[in-house]
This record gives sequence, structure tokens and C-alpha cells, in this order.
Amino acid sequence: MNRWLTWAWVAFLLTLPLWMEDQYFLHILITSGIFTIAAMSLNLLLGYTGQLSLGHVAFFGIGAYTSALVSLGFDLELTDTYTFVFAPRPVWVAFVAGIVVAGMSGWLIGKISFKVRGAYFVIVTISFAEVVRLVALNWVDLTEGPMALNNIPPFTLAVPGVWELAFFHKLPNYYLVLAVAIVSYVTVRRLVHSRIGRAMIALRENEPLAASAGVDVTRYLVLAAIVSAAMAGAAGGLYTHYIRIVDPDVFLFIYTVTMVIMVITGGKGTLAGPIVGGLIFGILPEVLREFASPEVQWIIYGVFMIMIVFFLPNGIVPALSAWWNDRFGATPSAGGPGTGLPDLEAATRTAGEAT
Amino acid sequence: MDQFLQHILNGTILGGTYALLGIGLTLIFGIMRVVNFSHGELYTFGAYIVYLFAMVLSANFFVSLVLAMVLGVVLGAAIEFVLLRPLRGASIDTTMLVMIGAWIALQNTEQLVWSGVAKSITHPFPAEPLILGPVSVSWVRVFVFAVAVLLIVGTHLLIHRTRLGKAMRATFQDRETAALMGVNIGAIHTATFALGSGLAAAAGALLGPVFVVYPTMGDLAALKSFAIVILGGLGNFMGATLGGFILGFVEEMGAGYISSGYRDAMGFLLIIIVLVFRPTGLFARKERVG
Repeated sequence: MNRWLTWAWVAFLLTLPLWMEDQYFLHILITSGIFTIAAMSLNLLLGYTGQLSLGHVAFFGIGAYTSALVSLGFDLELTDTYTFVFAPRPVWVAFVAGIVVAGMSGWLIGKISFKVRGAYFVIVTISFAEVVRLVALNWVDLTEGPMALNNIPPFTLAVPGVWELAFFHKLPNYYLVLAVAIVSYVTVRRLVHSRIGRAMIALRENEPLAASAGVDVTRYLVLAAIVSAAMAGAAGGLYTHYIRIVDPDVFLFIYTVTMVIMVITGGKGTLAGPIVGGLIFGILPEVLREFASPEVQWIIYGVFMIMIVFFLPNGIVPALSAWWNDRFGATPSAGGPGTGLPDLEAATRTAGEAT
Repeated sequence: MDQFLQHILNGTILGGTYALLGIGLTLIFGIMRVVNFSHGELYTFGAYIVYLFAMVLSANFFVSLVLAMVLGVVLGAAIEFVLLRPLRGASIDTTMLVMIGAWIALQNTEQLVWSGVAKSITHPFPAEPLILGPVSVSWVRVFVFAVAVLLIVGTHLLIHRTRLGKAMRATFQDRETAALMGVNIGAIHTATFALGSGLAAAAGALLGPVFVVYPTMGDLAALKSFAIVILGGLGNFMGATLGGFILGFVEEMGAGYISSGYRDAMGFLLIIIVLVFRPTGLFARKERVG
């Protein structure tokens, strides 16, 4: 059943722009899609390794700034006599550069932050995001600071000399975001169903036990951080070439909070959770906008977050699948997300093979 | 050299209020195991209460300060009672998310009530600074520092000299055993959260007249409190006091000798450095990771 649902969902999203002509709605879907990708990346850390990173927006912003700068080109006065000039590169190159640089910062930050756990980890990650934001704000020579980087080129698709399409319109951006979202989803899915994923889940459930069973804790955590950061960087790159302006506000803590709300509401540690949460919190503000000021919206968000923790601590997706199984008595899907002990059997099997 | 002395003085004065913020947060974490993300909102709340009474209702400035602290205590107790009491025993991540929710809701309520425009509070102190040889300091800052020190000493006495303080320390050391000895853990939690919140509100009330008051002022205050608490080790009272002063010095020196744009980054860099080299804080006595 799950498989059919997935395909139906993909088909629905693929054909959506054909019968949904409203450009504004398409815009909302694009931005929700970008945030959904970011939420999926956060879910890898928060849901599968159990580490609450509250600095995730740093990777999003690093991806956005790197991609913008590589596509615009920049020059840096390194000494009085020598200026490093970086010529503008094609947008696709810039996009990949954004992903790589974000992944590298994920490695660096992971290496440092995973020395600590719990509350300490949370605070270190926040600190990183704030430091990066202040650098973006103050390194005016490179980032233009609060004046923002403007006129960032959009993505282009071209057959050299024959045909070229710059993504100024919503439609190509929509399909691009959808494609990146699918790639991200498949990446996360393959990762968490692999040996690596089982190691991550094992150390989420019981770190000392996982470590004593031979799981190299730091290695897997850093690996998760790299993949997660790279994916968030991709989301940042999509954002920057779609909105075409980027300022230090992309690093605001509130965006991290938005991602966290998306993951928690949808269901952390489930594949579908961030998508459900991403769509709800992508579309909800637009619905609320009609009859509520931004402050009231945020108050509703805050209260909603508290309610979710109180009444649906595992999120919507696990609650729905539990309801579905109750109702229709289907066999619980293998390693059912949110069941608390995902795929213990498979984990034991692998452990057996490994020895 | 004069400049250096001036930085030392400014750092000390700033450190006093930072210490207040840090002590509140560290008590809440140490005794309740809650990472209080709404801490900065209590700071903002304190500042707005002073604005409300002193500026809107034209009450006496000092009376307004006292009211801000009292109402901060009340709000803290209410938050603990409604949001945290039902979650006692829940994981640290769960309470952290609830406190993030409370933070967002409170901050935007302030924004809704007071609008985003920054407000200033006039204070009854003379405008000419107090000149001490080569350095000078404004009277209002001297007052702020004196009150902050009084509050720190008062809190210290409360924890070390009263029955309530003894019960708090017992809860900090071993919750189960304390409960077995007849300590009402629920009441201790409410008292702790109210006390911590009152100190944050006091810091906001004191700094409101020095700077300006705006709805998001609590964000940086909260992040700085985290920095202070990390410096001192989570749950360590003396550590938080010293941590507050250290952060004050580092920020002043950083702003004076490196770049004022990076003033607010100093705290975060300090956190990262401390956690890389001494993950349990500068003054930790025992293992606290977790």
C-alpha cells in the first residue's frame, strides 16, 4: 500500500501545475518545497541520530551564500597589493559548490560539536549559527552585509548555441525543487535503510550500548552531519537562485525553529514526517495571512508546537499510521516508523552478519 | 592604559547584569533539568513592565523596577505550573521544545501588544557621568551594577542560608532522595523557575532604561545567558556569576580592540572554545554532560 501511496503522491505533484494555474499558489509550493528539503535534512540528524541541532539554518545560509557568490563572482582584497578575483561561474557549478561547502562545514561543525551531547550540543550548534550570521552581517567586502547580494542569476537550462531557458518563471523552478526534493528523499531513505542508518538508529536508542557493540559513534554522527548539511545547503542554493536576493536574515534562528516545528509536527524519525510537516507549515502561514497578522500567526505556531509536544509527541505521521493499522488491521510495516524500536530484528541480523 | 581601564570598568558593569541572567538560567537547569528557552522573554517582560509603569502610567521609577521583578516571579511560576509541571520526568528535548514554543508565543505577544518600535525609558539619574580619575561611568549604570550585585548576593544567601535554599540544593544533588526526605519537589521546581524568571526580569528591568526596549531584545540576552552558563558549567551558581563577568570583559575587550561589529559574536566564540577544550565548563567540579 505504501508504495502505491508514494507513486500516487509523486504523480499528483508532477501534474499539479497542469491544472493549478494560480502562480501565487505555485510560489507557495516552491518555498514550502525548499523548506521541506531543509526539514528532511534536519530530520536525518534529529530523527535518526537523535541529536537536536538548533543551528541547522547555518548550513542553509552557507549553501545560499556560497551559491550566490560563486554565480556572481567576487573579489577579496587579501593584502594591499594583491586582490583575489573570482570570476562568475555558471549557476549549476555554483549550486554544486554551495552543496560541497555546506557539507564541508557540516563536517567541521560536526567534528567539534559531537564532542558534547544533550543541552551542550544544542547550545554549541546555536552558537555556530549565530557566529556565521554575524560574519555574514559584518564581512561587508564579501557579503555586502545588510545591503544584501542582489541580482543573483536564476538557474538556466541550455543546449549550447541552440536553445536556452533561464528559470525566471515559477514553473521550471517548481519542477527543479520537486526533483531535488525527490533526490533528497531517496538519499535519506536509502541511507536510513542501510547499515549506516541502522547504526545511527542504534546510537539514538542507546548510545553506550551501540558503542559497546562496535558502532563508531562519532564517525556515524559526523557522517550524518555531512549529508544533512549538504542537503540543507542544496535547499539554500535553490532558495537563493529562486528568490534571487540573499541577506544575513537567512541565518535567523527563527528559520531553524521553523524546520524543527516541521519535523516534530510531521513526525521525527519517519520518512514522510518532514514532508507532511513541511507542507502544513509552508501553506498554513498563507492561509492564516487572510485573517491574522504575522504576530498572531507566530503565536499560533508557538502554541501549536506546545500542543504537539503535549498531545502528539511522536508527530502526525506515526499517529496516522497507528490509527490506520488499528482500523484496518494491516500488519505493521517492517521497521514501522515511530514504533519506538525500529527494525530491531534487522539490526540484530546485521549484527550477526558482521560478526 | 586609560582606555584599558575604561574597558575593564565597562566590562564589570555589564558583567553584573549578565551574571543575573546566567544565575537564573543555571538554577533552572541545575535543579529542573530544563533548558529554558523562554529566559530571554522574561528579560523582555521585565523591561516592558518598567516601561508600562514608569512611562505609560507615570509611576515612580523605583516602584516600577520592584513591580517588574515581582511580576517576573509570578509569570515564571505560571509558566512552570502550566507547561512544565505536567512534563516532569519528560526528556530534556521534550521540555526544550515546549520552552521554544513558549518563547515564540511570548515574544510575539509582546510584539502584538507593544508593536515593534523601540521604546526608551527615562530614568531619574543625572546625565553627567561619574568621573573617577581617568575613567568615567554614567550614574544609571552605577545604580544598575549596585542592584545587580545586591540581587546576586541575595540569591546566594537564599540558596545557602534558608530552608528553601537547602531544599533546592538537596533536589539538585539527588532528586529522589530529597523527595524521600520530605522535600516537595513540585514546589521546589515552581520556586526555582519563579526565582530564575524573577532574576531575568530584574536584568531586563535594569537594562531597559540603559538601552532601549523592543520585543526581540530577549533573543540575544537568552543566547548570552546560555554562553554564560556554558562557561560556568550547567547548574553551577558560582560558575554562572564568574561566567557573567568573564563574558562582560571579553565582549568589552573584543569590541574595543577587535571590532565592535563582532561584539555579540565574542560570547559564541567563547562557548565554542570552552566546549572544545573543556566541555564541562571552566569551573566544573563533576561530570555534567547529558
